[in-house]
Amino acid sequence: MAKKSLLVIVRHSPYGSSLARSSLEVALTAATYEQTVGVLFMGDGVLHLLSDQDSSHIGARNIARLIASFPLYDLETLYVDGAARSRHGLESMPLPDNIRSVDSNAMQQLFCDYDHLLGF
Amino acid sequence: MRFAQAVLARGHQIHRVFFLDEGVLAGSSTIVSPQDGTDPVQQWAELGAKHTVELILCVSSALQRGLLDSAEAERYEKAAATTHPAFEISGLGQLIEACASSDRLITFGG
Repeated sequence: MAKKSLLVIVRHSPYGSSLARSSLEVALTAATYEQTVGVLFMGDGVLHLLSDQDSSHIGARNIARLIASFPLYDLETLYVDGAARSRHGLESMPLPDNIRSVDSNAMQQLFCDYDHLLGF
Repeated sequence: MRFAQAVLARGHQIHRVFFLDEGVLAGSSTIVSPQDGTDPVQQWAELGAKHTVELILCVSSALQRGLLDSAEAERYEKAAATTHPAFEISGLGQLIEACASSDRLITFGG
């Protein structure tokens, strides 16, 4: 299989629909197939990065745990939309080391740098 | 659907359409469209046959929504298959393989 670089763009909140989890599964599968994968959390997607998520009361699997497992699949290139983070009042929330906050110019550059964009 | 038709009309080739999450409903054989409307399932089937486009439903998305082909219906002991025969059920690897082998990839998010 040819090797391409894929940027998975997650724009949906983690528990509002099943699409958020599906998009992360796409990223994991791509990493399993040894593609170069980045994940960008944009818009409401930044809510994925909230610490101390407890989804047990809504009977949903914890998405934060899925994201925490990314390094096991060598999926270590993660970006967060800095402006969306501010909009959601999450600026002071600590980010894991492997997540880089990007502004609109940097995002534009990301869209150019990757071979394919998978927007969800 | 209209995008796929337009792309093909302009002479491009579509290797595969991968249906993920709620998109898998596009392959349901038990959807009944209003008589005065179009039948999108049939339209996809015709597009696939005419232009040799693979129509793939993501297996985990499909099973969770009750979309089973005859093999899956048998495996999970369900009464009947519910996917249109023009569609195939397969894994996310098919999406990644299509990414790797195509020069363009278009996604339609929810």
